[in-house]
Amino acid sequence: MMDIANRFDIAVIGAGHAGCEAALAAARMGCKTLVCVINLDTIGAMSCNPAIGGLAKGHLVREIDALGGEMARNIDATSIQFRRLNTSKGPAVRSSRAQADRLLYRLRMKKILENQKNLTIRQTTVDSLRVEHGRVTGLRTSLDEDIAVSAVVVATGTFLNGLIHVGLKHFPAGRMGDSPSVSLAGWFRQQGFTVGRMKTGTVPRLDANTIDYAGLEPQYSDRPPAFFSFASDGDYRQPQFPCHITYTNEKTHEIIRGSIDQSPLFAGIIEGVGARYCPSIEDKVMRFPEKLRHQIFLEPEGIETTEVYPNGVPTSLPLATQVAMIRSIKGLEKAVIVRSGYAIEYDYVDPLELLPSLETKRIRGLFLAGQINGTSGYEEAAGQGIMAGINAVRSCRGEEPLILDRSQAYIGVLIDDLITRGTKEPYRLFTSRAEYRLLLREDNADERLSEIGYRIGLLPQQQYDRFREKQREIDEGIARLDNTWIKPSPDIDEQLERLQSTTLKQKSSLSDLLRRPELSIDDLGSLVSHDTRQAVAEIGASRFSEEIQLRVKYKGYIERQDEQVRRFKKLESTQIPADMDFTGLSGLSNEVVEKLGRVKPVSLGQASRISGITPAAISVLQVHLRKRSFESKQDKGQR
Amino acid sequence: MELGHADNRTIAAISTPPGAGGIGIIRISGGQALPILEKIFTPARADCPFETHRLYYGRICNPADAKLLDEVLAVYMQAPRTYTREDVVEIHCHGSFLVLQSVLELVLSQGAQLAEPGEFTKRAFVNGRIDLTRAEAVIDILSARTRKGVDLALEQMSGKLFCEVDAMRATLVEVRALLETAIDFPEEEIEIADHRALYERIFNDVYEPLENLIARAEEGRIVRDGVSIVIVGRPNVGKSSLLNTLLQEERALVTPTPGTTRDTIEEYIDISGIPVRIIDTAGIRDGVEEVEQLGIKRAKESINRADLVLFLVDGSTPIGDDDRELFRSIAHKPFITVINKCDLELKITPDPGLPMIAQPLLISALTQEGLTDLKQLIFKRLTGGREQWQEEGCSPNLRHKAALAKGLEALGRVCDGLQSGLTNDLITIDLLACFDHLGDIVGETTTEDVLDVIFEQFCLGK
Repeated sequence: MMDIANRFDIAVIGAGHAGCEAALAAARMGCKTLVCVINLDTIGAMSCNPAIGGLAKGHLVREIDALGGEMARNIDATSIQFRRLNTSKGPAVRSSRAQADRLLYRLRMKKILENQKNLTIRQTTVDSLRVEHGRVTGLRTSLDEDIAVSAVVVATGTFLNGLIHVGLKHFPAGRMGDSPSVSLAGWFRQQGFTVGRMKTGTVPRLDANTIDYAGLEPQYSDRPPAFFSFASDGDYRQPQFPCHITYTNEKTHEIIRGSIDQSPLFAGIIEGVGARYCPSIEDKVMRFPEKLRHQIFLEPEGIETTEVYPNGVPTSLPLATQVAMIRSIKGLEKAVIVRSGYAIEYDYVDPLELLPSLETKRIRGLFLAGQINGTSGYEEAAGQGIMAGINAVRSCRGEEPLILDRSQAYIGVLIDDLITRGTKEPYRLFTSRAEYRLLLREDNADERLSEIGYRIGLLPQQQYDRFREKQREIDEGIARLDNTWIKPSPDIDEQLERLQSTTLKQKSSLSDLLRRPELSIDDLGSLVSHDTRQAVAEIGASRFSEEIQLRVKYKGYIERQDEQVRRFKKLESTQIPADMDFTGLSGLSNEVVEKLGRVKPVSLGQASRISGITPAAISVLQVHLRKRSFESKQDKGQR
Repeated sequence: MELGHADNRTIAAISTPPGAGGIGIIRISGGQALPILEKIFTPARADCPFETHRLYYGRICNPADAKLLDEVLAVYMQAPRTYTREDVVEIHCHGSFLVLQSVLELVLSQGAQLAEPGEFTKRAFVNGRIDLTRAEAVIDILSARTRKGVDLALEQMSGKLFCEVDAMRATLVEVRALLETAIDFPEEEIEIADHRALYERIFNDVYEPLENLIARAEEGRIVRDGVSIVIVGRPNVGKSSLLNTLLQEERALVTPTPGTTRDTIEEYIDISGIPVRIIDTAGIRDGVEEVEQLGIKRAKESINRADLVLFLVDGSTPIGDDDRELFRSIAHKPFITVINKCDLELKITPDPGLPMIAQPLLISALTQEGLTDLKQLIFKRLTGGREQWQEEGCSPNLRHKAALAKGLEALGRVCDGLQSGLTNDLITIDLLACFDHLGDIVGETTTEDVLDVIFEQFCLGK
């Protein structure tokens, strides 16, 4: 009989950004959960840059928060710089980013895990999983422990068969200073999973005391801070620090070109595929020789440390070259490298192995999240983590999985892209990947997801109530603008002229006027009578003023996107039965049959997004599905 | 194109055009194609393995009574390397319609079903052998009524429409990449083309070509579907003579007694490639006889449906009240005023009630004088002022036109947005919509393509 201490509902392997969210979601939803981590001190570690958020990533963080995740609250509490990006580029693409105190970030996350009910943490290395009748039932650690589980979330990041490169030297590691996970990597291959290699890299870290900041352009925190969590308000929790901007130059590039034969990337030693959006500095210099300088952000790593993260120069050149290269840069002439930059190669599992729930098609109860699925980025990992955690719970309970679609969330876009198209390079989310970007804003993530988070038992009552309150306040504000009418008059026209707007032709609501690009909510006050003025001013001063204005101003566009979503849902709701045998279908080319068989799309919509699936093939599928449902109806009729 | 149920029926039809030719071909497609052939075909050689894509000589006999129907060449083509991607059999018979008909009937009696028009092509499409634009083009060829129609369809089949739309989409991808780069990489040091430049690019490379394509769709409609022209005039101005002259043969009954033509008579003629249904109306006047009144009612309906009216007056007599009244009944339609009988002495004078008489087109249906000018004028009016067909270019069909028009509408908003300083995120909504509409014609383009362009052009990534 197995020791009760070694029996869990769910085990999460890895405690990075995916693992933490998966474990917290599972425990918060009431499952007895175990987290296995190779090194307890690295729970919630930021292995690369000390920042959370940015374009599309900020959106993800807010979605995680709206579902009841931890990442947003964790960064709000430990950030030493907040910035709002793209404020001039449109409502859909405004995004938040924060610099974290790297140490505080992981300490707080560890504390949250430690104090979470239903959650047990263990420092241990998992060697293999036990599978019975196609379902995962347990795991075995390197110290020969046997642990019984009903579901497993694997979130091993770069640890599976991790191999670090610095110059022509290389050695196994999961991250600089940590052991890799080798046995588990072998287990995946053994089980027949399609496994590939990817590569990522990081920058050398510098000692701030050896940097000359004079003459470098500083970049300060925004005030008031734009917090990530819908539950956060007030002022900074931590002292704020600026970043500084400097640039590489021709000399830097010469140094790099001079030792390019020492680059494991260019020497062909690295076989893993790197991301085009995160190229190493040697890659940038070699591929874009016409570019005379590359921008570097010097990001402080935290309050109690002098380490600095020079964002923009990830490299796997030999250490000596790294030193020479860094010292050729303005402000860094005497800089000391305290940690070397490096590249790391690791195993990932082809995400086409996954169902939309992030469960593997091969083994039931086994869920994968984060870099093991070929993604990159803390936020992408966390977004998958929370979904894997939620669906592991639902799988244990025999419930339908929770699947967010492309019109609901960036999380939906991310997962659908992965499981439908696979990925050849570390996958990063961009706002351009979302078709319904105007509907997937940072400000309305709660409107999109909090109801769901609450319903599945993850979002706490308090935060849900807060969300309802916010909705009420926004609805009231919009109703007030919709229902306050202005009649044309010489007086009004004079005011409008002063605001450089055109005169009023007919009776209009304040909402109509707000839709004029040149008018803002603050302008409207001057157009209304004294008593209404107060109410309009209140809307302007509301915490949700931006949301209200946005919804009113862009109503026409939002409605058009809603219409597009309705069309999208049509194909999406045409389900393809799980037992559909594509090889039996006449009229599909071998290539199409092969692709459909590999992805096993759950709907016609998903099928249409598989690369290389033509509209003609979709028509054929449509015909077969119609025929099939027709025949099954006939069968029933005969009985 | 309407998609039917993919099915297991074996279909057959005479695949060569009607009329006597040297040979005529019966095509059979489906799982039963070969078994049917084996039942009705007696090979000349004892050994006949029906290797795929091989022609065999033999006789078609009715297995029921061994009656010989024709000496033929037969070929079996095994799926999927066939037109429909199904098993296909072709029987090359002698070209007589009676022979073909009897062989087809025999094939049908053995279990095949008569193919609907375009069904072979539909199967080729459903079975994934050809894409939608090509399938539509083939159907256009099959139903083309004039040589020009065939040319247009052939051009489309060779993918001309595909190429043109694809080029537009390539421009859109590049413009979108620029807009997206500005959005997704706000802190990078890259120069992004300003909205003004992007506007010009889109307007010149997409908006105008798109407008042009839609205009050609209208021409395409004319060529594919034809137009109808009604000849209107008081009795005895020579309507039937004109029709006959245009047809160059005597069809309508021509007499000098008013009211001889009691009903509308219609015929097809080819005017520079446009299939024209030309309708001769009974004289529209308050006739007393029942038959004639029926004819008048139909004539009025024809006028209302017509694309163009030829308003015919008699040049050898002065304009009368009945001319003026008739003119009022057609004035709401596009029309050409034609003065007939210019071989006789002209007694007609400019008339305030008939403004078009000021610049009349003089013809004589009898001597054929002015007929070339008339045809040229008809062509010009139907094609919106063209002297002749443009040499190149493809013509989109109705489905394409609808998609193109939707694309153009979205693109109009993109242009407005670029000019009025709308933010990138909103502009891209319509850009994407335009993209999707054009994609309905040629297939998908993905975000991945946009990202490819971004990463090719810019050095990005901190």
